[in-house]
Amino acid sequence: MTVLAERPVTHEHEHEHHEGPSGLLKWLTSTDHKLIGMNYMVTSLVMFFLAGIMALLLRTQLSSPNSSFLSFQQYNALFTMHGSLMLYLFAGPFAFGGLANYILPLQVGAPDMAFPRLNALSYWLYLGGSITMLLGFLVAGGAAAYGWVAYAPLSSVQFSPGSAPDLWILGIALTGFSAIFTGVNLVTTTFYLRAPGMTMFRLPIFTWNMLVTAILILIAFPILTAAMVLLFADRHFGTHIYSTAGGGSPVLYQNLFWFFGHPEVYILALPYFGIVSDVIPVFSKKPLFGYKGMIFATMSIAALSTGVWAHHMFTTGVVLLPFFSLLSLLIAVPTGIKFFNWIGTMWRGQLTFTTPMLFCIGFLFAFLMGGLTGVMLASPPIDFATHDTYFVVAHFHQVLFGTAVYAGFAGLYYWYPKFFGRMYREWMGKWHFWLLTIGFWLTFIPQYVLGLWGMPRRVASYPANLGWRSLNVASTIGAYVIGISFVFLLVNLWVSWRKPVPAGDNPWDAHTLEWFATSPPVHHNFEKLPPIRSERPVWDYHHPDALTIEHSGAHSNGNGHGHLTDAGAGAGAGSSGDKA
Amino acid sequence: MSPRAAETSSTAALRWRRRAVGVVAAVALPVVLGGCQLPTFYGYRGSTKQGHDEFLLYVGTVIAAIVVGVIVAALIVWSVFRYRKRSEEMPRQFQYHIPLEITYIIIPVIMVLILFAFTFVTENRVDAIAASPAVKVHVTAFQWGWRYQYPGNVTVTGVTTEDPDPVGLNGAQCAPAVDCLGPGLIVPAGQTTQITLNSQDVIHGFYVPQFNFSRYAQPGVTNVFDLTVQHAGIYRAQCTQLCGLYHSLMFFHVVALPPAQFRAWLSSQEGGAASAALPLSSSNSTTKAAA
Repeated sequence: MTVLAERPVTHEHEHEHHEGPSGLLKWLTSTDHKLIGMNYMVTSLVMFFLAGIMALLLRTQLSSPNSSFLSFQQYNALFTMHGSLMLYLFAGPFAFGGLANYILPLQVGAPDMAFPRLNALSYWLYLGGSITMLLGFLVAGGAAAYGWVAYAPLSSVQFSPGSAPDLWILGIALTGFSAIFTGVNLVTTTFYLRAPGMTMFRLPIFTWNMLVTAILILIAFPILTAAMVLLFADRHFGTHIYSTAGGGSPVLYQNLFWFFGHPEVYILALPYFGIVSDVIPVFSKKPLFGYKGMIFATMSIAALSTGVWAHHMFTTGVVLLPFFSLLSLLIAVPTGIKFFNWIGTMWRGQLTFTTPMLFCIGFLFAFLMGGLTGVMLASPPIDFATHDTYFVVAHFHQVLFGTAVYAGFAGLYYWYPKFFGRMYREWMGKWHFWLLTIGFWLTFIPQYVLGLWGMPRRVASYPANLGWRSLNVASTIGAYVIGISFVFLLVNLWVSWRKPVPAGDNPWDAHTLEWFATSPPVHHNFEKLPPIRSERPVWDYHHPDALTIEHSGAHSNGNGHGHLTDAGAGAGAGSSGDKA
Repeated sequence: MSPRAAETSSTAALRWRRRAVGVVAAVALPVVLGGCQLPTFYGYRGSTKQGHDEFLLYVGTVIAAIVVGVIVAALIVWSVFRYRKRSEEMPRQFQYHIPLEITYIIIPVIMVLILFAFTFVTENRVDAIAASPAVKVHVTAFQWGWRYQYPGNVTVTGVTTEDPDPVGLNGAQCAPAVDCLGPGLIVPAGQTTQITLNSQDVIHGFYVPQFNFSRYAQPGVTNVFDLTVQHAGIYRAQCTQLCGLYHSLMFFHVVALPPAQFRAWLSSQEGGAASAALPLSSSNSTTKAAA
């Protein structure tokens, strides 16, 4: 690509580029990665809040035995849509469509994504797919009610008649294409639009993880889309791919779905690991410990994730247990590497607990618990005892909540000053964090116990005489506390919008290139770039006396110790306007 | 897993080792002192031979998970409190420590392999199929109930639908202490029952919490497994795989009878006669013989 050679002169064209449509027309026609990224973030957050409200309805239903708050049909539809919205329309798109779209080109020093128009198409497909899926609520019979996995034959036209399942399938297909296009864009941007000096081993971990995620998207999403096309064909064109009646196989659907579904779990996790790996070093005043080990850990997780899908199918009785068990257990190793690298980064640092850092600490504990129970579930006999119970529900919520919510909102708070050039209110961010944390543990710890006692997932009611009530009440209270914590986020966004506190270009004294751009970045991002000689170009630029020591053993290097120099970039380096 | 992360001074390392030993001891001591009476960690001890094997694996895994979790959590908590910002001094900008990084690859690999070895042994026991089980029962799941086919053309069907009592259970027969929803699978206690499981419509989940066991009932797939229920009793069971509207109500029971009584019950059914009084008062094993 010749784009690299052209890149430094982009600022000469700055004024031409600025003249374009504004307002609604700009929003509809823009191919700017920042605007598309923002659209993605806003849309996916709307999906997150919708799915969260559904979760509160579900928890309200379960707060008493034999509850009739919702009908069975409503309950089944709501948990289906809660899962579908959270997984297909929030956790993934928020990361790879929203944050990555906005941040990745900035982190590699590029003026935009490689294919800006394809990027716009991605967003409109995603928005269209999301609306299509939600339309299911409006058709006769209500939304699809077969769980977010849509197992055949329950999702066949015989057992799930009506048009809502078709809308659901179409929604998945549209958002699937959107994800594939975004994946293409992210891979190409990372490989071809890096600024001079930005070698692969100088990429920020967030970008590295997004690259690996994008490759996983290209592996996994076509399978999902294909599986959905086949499901649609079974429903409407008289094929029998997933039905035994015509010689098909329902297990085939599970294999196809989880061949997407397990990489998908890491598509939903790796970007968020990337956020944590960017945030913790910044607030520890240190480089990421074991940077290269982190990259190889990410790649091993991705590689292993394509060979573990059948651990979701241990109880089908038709999979080779030892193979899938061993590979699943092995994922604990690279994940453990990440944990120790994060701890090593904090080790002997100077930690400041801003809201993004608090959310990362919350992530560490959530993911630790979710990860350990995940190791247990990778053991087939333990899975036999807990499969499809609330133990599994608690496990994957701790994992996904740890990633998409804790780390996701760590990213939102962390980059908020970059997006808007203004600071959020720190005290409200901390309230958000502590309420969220109380709610989180109160919601999901009881669910582990309920699962071990034998409460199946996806039940709309339970008998009164099993002693499940009090733990369910605790879980429901926790869910409401989580809900309340998000009021602090919304108020925070509103207040900081109405009464702006300027943030400056680099309020965190951060490490990576996006903090060299203005806040918000100008059209085509950079007027100039610092020299890129490590994975922390902005840090190196501001702290020439505190360069990275490659090996911890080299004690003699005098550069390590020194006093924090005033970074001098932007308005408020190291002293943002509103630190509590 | 060594807690000596990033330490170079040997005294600090020693201090750390002592701390780690303390943590491990605090976790392990109650277990050791407790002797054979293992804590259950909210799990069931397993009323079948197979379920008890799972229980032992579960307890061992939980203990290992607690040890790992406590060590990692302690390292995080320590970092958070010890290294919070106290001065303007610039921390050393170190980034790599290859021996340490290799250590925390090798130790987890070893732990994973140990866990896998126990898993492998246990899953082979749980999935083992006896050559000559005491009785073979064919279980078929459907929306929304279960059909049990015993030797001698005895078929018992029970459904859980919007009809609160579709099989004439008449509530009164239920002992209040036990929830008696849905029909029962009747097996001999202390002997091996071989279940052949499939489904006639969508996927269902055959799940008995106290057996620590579940298996999908699927159309087009026939699953065979053994249950050796140790003691006579009634065991609550439920469908775990979402199977449509009334999934939440697809309860059933496993009733384990002493072998002689099981034989007597089975032969009383063979002619299609209604069930005589069962030895266990709550005869939710609603028999609707349809030969």
